[in-house]
Amino acid sequence: MSSQPRRRRLEVEDIGDVTYVKFTDSKILDEANIQQIGEQLYSLVDDASRRKILLDFSKVEYLSSAFLGKLVTLNKKLQGVQGRLALCNITHKDIFDIFVITGLKRVFNIYQDEQEALQSF
Amino acid sequence: MEAAWFAPRRMGGACAWIVRRCNTCIAHGEAAVALEKLVFPADMVLPSDTGMVQDVQQRVLADLEALQVSERDLFSVKLALEEALVNAMKHGNQLDRSKNVRVSYFIQDDTFYIRIMDEGEGFDPDDVPDPTLEENLERACGRGLMLMRHYMNEVRFLDRGNIVVMCRKCSRNGTYEK
Repeated sequence: MSSQPRRRRLEVEDIGDVTYVKFTDSKILDEANIQQIGEQLYSLVDDASRRKILLDFSKVEYLSSAFLGKLVTLNKKLQGVQGRLALCNITHKDIFDIFVITGLKRVFNIYQDEQEALQSF
Repeated sequence: MEAAWFAPRRMGGACAWIVRRCNTCIAHGEAAVALEKLVFPADMVLPSDTGMVQDVQQRVLADLEALQVSERDLFSVKLALEEALVNAMKHGNQLDRSKNVRVSYFIQDDTFYIRIMDEGEGFDPDDVPDPTLEENLERACGRGLMLMRHYMNEVRFLDRGNIVVMCRKCSRNGTYEK
């Protein structure tokens, strides 16, 4: 149900000046989960003033368009403050396909793994 | 809230004929001409609470898993189902919990059919902008419909746009894959 308790949905680690974020949920689906994940991601930019964010998708096996919307908004927020967003380790083919189908592969900076992504900043 | 569920598992007569005809069309790559004429079992009635989406997904996927359909089919149905249910609850019923969403589905000859109805004002799917166009790529929403169309063989909006009927031919051995 949407009234589930709020919990930490991201693992956040600083690597140099890059904020490295791993999702703790393998299935980012429930509307309430997505709202929480979105708020926690936006807070990194709005409250913690992070400007370089790398999202690791290695645990993510499923996501929906609502989550894609959060990523698009996060990307715009970062662009608005001269920041940069990168994505890495989209290891599940079904997840990568969603980025291709929606055209978002052209919008996001997507890298094979975290080393390659970190070097891009 | 528990969803009411009365769906009979078997059909007969004219309905079965329509389903066979529809499957034949899909198998031959034609439009599923009879999709809007299908007779569905009794509805599962849900409040407009997106927390219910997972319950429906689990129920539907359990039925498909019992038929040993491919992982690709399970992923496709799950995603299309979520997009359609969230659309119905959020955009159709505006998350008004006094308004219901009705879901009905069946599986016949390895094809999954589902109908989802909301109580909203409906919409014209032709008015939804293509989210893959350059000017729309950075919009925060508008991708649900295209994902439904991608992952299902056929998606048809009926009535004033508040009813969606979709189907996907599933594969048990990889012989058919969209």
